[in-house]
This record gives sequence, C-alpha cells and structure tokens, in this order.
Amino acid sequence: MSSVAVARPSNESAWVLPSRGRVGMFTLIAAESAVFTIFVVAYIYYIGKSLSGPTPKDLLELPIFSTVCLLSSSLTIHLAVRALRQGRVGVFGFWWFLTMALGAIFLVATGREWHHLIYEKGLTISTNLFGTTYYSLVGLHAFHVTVGLLAIALAMIFTLLGKVKPEHSERLDVFSLYWHFVDVVWVIVFTVVYVIGR
Amino acid sequence: MASDTIALGIADPDARPIGERLHDWVVTVDHKKLGILYILYSLLMLVIGGVEATIMRIQLIVPHNHFVSPQVFNRMFTMHGTTMIFFVAMPILFGFGTYLIPLMIGTRDMAFPRLNAFSFWMTAFGGLLLYFSFIGGNGLYGAGNAPDVGWFAYAPLTSRAFSPGHSTDFWTLAILVSGIGSIGTAVNFITTILCMRCPGMTLGKMPLLAWLNLVTGGLVILAVSPLTAAQIMLSIDRFLGGHFFDTQAGGAAVLWMHFFWIFGHPEVYVLIIPCFAFASEIIPVFSRKPIFGYPVMVGASVAIGFISMSVWAHHMFTVGMSSYGNAFFTATTMVIAVPTGIKIFNWIGTMWGGKIQFRAPMLFCIGFLFQFLIAGLTGIMLGASPFNWQLGNSYFVVAHFHYVIVGGILFTVFGAFYYWFPKMSGRMYSEALAKWHFWLFLIGFHLTFDFMHIPGMLGMPRRIYTYEPGRGWEIWNLIVTIGVFFQIAGVLVFVVNLLWSLLKGEPAGNDPWDAWTLEWSTTSPPPDYNYATIPVVESRRPLWDLKHPEDPDWKYE
Repeated sequence: MSSVAVARPSNESAWVLPSRGRVGMFTLIAAESAVFTIFVVAYIYYIGKSLSGPTPKDLLELPIFSTVCLLSSSLTIHLAVRALRQGRVGVFGFWWFLTMALGAIFLVATGREWHHLIYEKGLTISTNLFGTTYYSLVGLHAFHVTVGLLAIALAMIFTLLGKVKPEHSERLDVFSLYWHFVDVVWVIVFTVVYVIGR
Repeated sequence: MASDTIALGIADPDARPIGERLHDWVVTVDHKKLGILYILYSLLMLVIGGVEATIMRIQLIVPHNHFVSPQVFNRMFTMHGTTMIFFVAMPILFGFGTYLIPLMIGTRDMAFPRLNAFSFWMTAFGGLLLYFSFIGGNGLYGAGNAPDVGWFAYAPLTSRAFSPGHSTDFWTLAILVSGIGSIGTAVNFITTILCMRCPGMTLGKMPLLAWLNLVTGGLVILAVSPLTAAQIMLSIDRFLGGHFFDTQAGGAAVLWMHFFWIFGHPEVYVLIIPCFAFASEIIPVFSRKPIFGYPVMVGASVAIGFISMSVWAHHMFTVGMSSYGNAFFTATTMVIAVPTGIKIFNWIGTMWGGKIQFRAPMLFCIGFLFQFLIAGLTGIMLGASPFNWQLGNSYFVVAHFHYVIVGGILFTVFGAFYYWFPKMSGRMYSEALAKWHFWLFLIGFHLTFDFMHIPGMLGMPRRIYTYEPGRGWEIWNLIVTIGVFFQIAGVLVFVVNLLWSLLKGEPAGNDPWDAWTLEWSTTSPPPDYNYATIPVVESRRPLWDLKHPEDPDWKYE
C-alpha cells in the first residue's frame, strides 16, 4: 500500500506534528504530578494527627539556602540549553556544571537535615505519622532530584568528552522540562511541609 | 489493493532455528510482536484466573461444601480479582492497542519502541511476582501462601499484624511493578497518537480506536499513578514500619479506600473505553455504514474520561460518608450515564438501516450492546446511595461488575479477537466454531451472571466461603455454577479455534472484511515496517476512498 492516491487539491501547508520528546515528557510529568498529589494529600490529611511527638514545629527549620540553590538551578539549566542551541558549547558546559553543583548542594542539604533529624532528634520514618509522611514526601522528591542529577552528570561526562553538539539541544531541552518540574514540586513540598504544616 | 512489500535480504524467516526465532520474540521492540506477546500473556492469565473463579463457584455450588478451605477461598477471590484486572484485562487491551494504533494511524512503530518493550516486560514480571507468592509467600512465619486480602486490599488488613508473611508484599509489589509498566504504555499511546499520525490524518480524521485509546492513555496516567503512589505508601508501611494506614498510630483506613478507588473507578473506564473502540470499529464494518455521529462519539468519550475522575467514592457509600459526599457522588454517577447512553444510541444508529452481517465479531458486539446496557442500569441502581446501603457488598454488586467486565469487556475483546485475527495471523478463523463459542459463552454468561443478582437481593454477601441452607440461595448458586461450565466450554472452543486456525485456517488476504481503516491495506500479517511508503489520508475511511474513487468520503466530511 503506497498511498491513497485520490486526486484532491491537497492543502499546501507542511505536515507538522508535535515533538515526540516534549509530548512524552509532558505525559510523564502528568503521571508524576498525580503521584505527588497523592503524597501531598496524605501529608496534608495527616497534619496534626500524630498520636505522639515530635511535631513539625519542634523540629523543622526553613531550608532557605538549599531552596534558593534548587530554584536557581532552573535558571542555569535554561541558560545552558539556550547556549547550546546557539552553538556555544563552552558556555553550555559552564551553566550545565553549575546546574549540577546547585542540585548536588540541595541533595547534600537534604541529607544533612535528615542526619540531624534522625541522629540528633530521633525522628525516623516509623516514629509517628509526621515522620512517615515527612520522609516519604521529601524523600520522593529527593529521589526525583537524584534521578535528575544522574542524568545531568551523564550529560556532563559527555560534555567533558566533547560529544555534546548543538544538535543535542532539543533532547536536553526535553530533559530540562523534567528538571523544572522537580523544582515546581519543591515549591509545593516547601509550602506544604515547611509553611502550612509547621 | 496495492500492497507492495520490500524484499529483504532474509530468504525465509521460518527457515531459521527455533531458538533464534524465540530469541527474536524476547528482544523485540516491534509493536506487532509486543502486541501479540501482551495478548498471549493475557490469554494465559485468563485461563489461570478462570480456574480460580471455577474453584470458587464449585465451593459455592451447595451449602456447607468442603471443596476448599476458607483460607484457600480467600486466596482464590483475591488472586482471581487481581489477575483478571491487572494481568488479563489491562494487558489484553494494551496488547490490541499496541498492535493496532501504529497500523491504524499509518506509521511504522510506536513513538518509543524500547519503552514499549520495557512496559510489556514490567507487566509480565508483575504477574510473575504475584504468582511467585504461591511459592514464596510463606516467609518465615508459616503464614500461608498467596495474598488473601481481597483485590482492593483494605487497610488495616494489609498491615503486618494481620497479614504476616510475604504474600501481601508480593501483591503490593506486583501491582507497583505492573503499574509502572502501564504508565509507560500510556505515555507511549498518547505520544504515538499525537505525534506519529500519517500525513492528512488530523485529529478529526483519526479512527475512533485511536481517539478512544488516547482517552484511555490519559485515564491511565491520572488513575494508575495514584495507585502506584498508594502502593509505595503500603510498601513503606510494611517494609519500613510507616504508619500511613496504621489505625493504631492515627493512620486512616478510609484514606486507603479513597486512594484505591481514585484508581479503581477510572480503571473501569480504562478497561471499557478500548472496548468501546473495538465496537466502534467493528459495528460500522459489519453494518456496511460509516459510524453514526463521529464527533459526538469523540466528545462523549472525552466527557466520560473527565467525569470518571469524579465518581470514585460511589464504591464507598456503605463506609458512612457525609450526606454531601453521598449526594455528590450519586449525582456524578448519574451524570456519567449520559455520555455512555449517547454512545449506545450512536452504535444503534450505525446499525439502523445498515446491511448487517452477523459474523462472529458482530455477534459479540451485539451481545455487548445489550449486556452493557443492563450492566449500566444496575450501575445506576447501585449508584443511588440509599439503594447501595441495602445491596453494597452483596452478590448483586458482584453480578453488576461482572456484567460490565464479562458482558461488556470480555465480549468485545472476543469480538476484536475474531475481527483482527486474520490481520495478525494471516489466516481466517473457523466461523462455525466461532459461532459455537459465541452461543455457548452467551448461554453460560447469562446463566451465571443474570441469576447471580438474585441471591444478592436475598442478602447473600460477597466473599463468603459457604452459606447456611434454607435461605433461598441454594437454587440460584447452583444455576450460577452450572453457567460456569458453559463458559468453560465456550472458551475451550475458542482455544481450539485459535490453534486450528493458526495451523490450518484459510489464507485471509489483506482485507477479508472489506473494511475501511488503514491496517487492512497492508499484508496479513503486516511486514515489520508496516507500510513500504507512509500512506496519506484524506478522510476517516481512507480505504473507502481508495475503493470508491468516484464517491470518496472527503467530499462529505
């Protein structure tokens, strides 16, 4: 079967469909949003329902510095992809490395916070409902940051090997959607856990 | 029909050793092979789930029966439900979707072929995990094998205290793993349908099967993800000592119900919408008329998709919600009947005045129309919360949802099987055997599920392993179990037909039904690349245009 060759004045406009990468990534983000929604709902539902201490008010401090780092990494990844699209691979490498560093700082900060909570305050995932919901929600987000960081590190290695070319900007652009999503989720987690829930 | 194929370097693919050919199936990323793998896997699971159902029905055939122990009965209904929903219905529909979508939208594969293979194998390993519980579920506790918490696994029954051993762990991991596969499939469906259509196929010219699978994909994204999240929480509770659903630490059992049914009700539409798609492809071809009301059909499907996200708590009327909750979920449940009714009218409108050919696929679709209507009517009854307080958790509910799943979904799946079998295998099935299958299964279905409503109204609760004589339930349970054997006979005829036709069936040719969608323009079975040159379409029925150049569809659309 070649084509349905029926003589009909075809419209001249080219046949353009949406980019596979973007549609696929947006669909994945929709699925991830649903997962996070359930965890956020559970967190909100269980605020103040723990039968024993400690409470969020006793333990949590606003993670301002790491939040600033993570949110600014959205800007740096945008600048990185834009530089690559313009063909400036060196500039891309600089911004990309900065993105990786900012993401890593965020993860380290989360790790330190958890270490503090577990070893100094004695809050674990099985202590009470607050512990269960807190570690699950923040941990789920940290897991997504980790996955993103692994991908960023992989692209960083390729950059250092000189394999990243301007034609890859489309793919990295699609990846940056994921990174922005992780940032947006952090805004919600921050609001729910550290502002509303405290 | 023009059907040029490209001569590849391989002489005869069947000449290669069997090990190599099997290896091809394991490593394949081809949507057709993966589609067939999905379907074969589901058929195997259908037999296993059917055996479990049969064991339950034999146990209930007379009061005080001792065919199986109460413990085994609990495992059977849990495994039957979990298997049929997650490892039969979903994968068989994904299988048809995976096979048909790229062919029907005129492209060579899915958008992400490797993700496609990943999704299938995740689903397959999910099923393996579930059934491994028969061996590994004991754990160190001697606590019995196989999950026995029911297919919706209400908390706190799933906590360590009440479900020791590993059987519930296998259950939650199986659902988690297969859920990730389902989400991958949904991402693939949506991306393929939006980004891979052949030139000329605007959204308004897509076959309805593609449209409906697009809606299904969206529902899977929004429904299966919450279930995955809930399974993560249950795993945290069971493995890490969390308290999400631990009522002794302030956790809420009702929260699990909400999370489960936020998945559970859209899931019904995840299953039925692809079946609407089969009916929307089969009924026009065997009525020799284009589908009646295509835009309304699309609109109704999208409406069902949206409304189905807001009806979940009608599964929970008996829990005791506020009167506002009851009123809201009763109202939304009534509302969803409207677009569904529109679709039934559209199929009847398609048949009206058509030259109906009563071939096997059409017979199954007509059966579907009547049975799905009745299933919808009992659904409206149960959707009214006061009625539900009477009959919730009774056999009336069991009869209702089996009417949807067997009478609606399984019937159209059988119809789709006969309709596309010539395309997938290149051979025709035996029409005589197919009619035997239809009538045996129809009689068995009605014996079982029509009469199952009655003990429910007489007060027989679901999930009981036996019952007292003298409550008026005996005769109905006997009839229900007798129906099962007719269904088994029907399925046996189906399997014989399948095997016989694969080996001895007449060659089908490209287009045995004189159909109109693109998949019938290529060879049967289609070559690896589907189309030597990508087709260009001008209307919803490209093959009609090709066969009738003097009167093409695009003049009227």
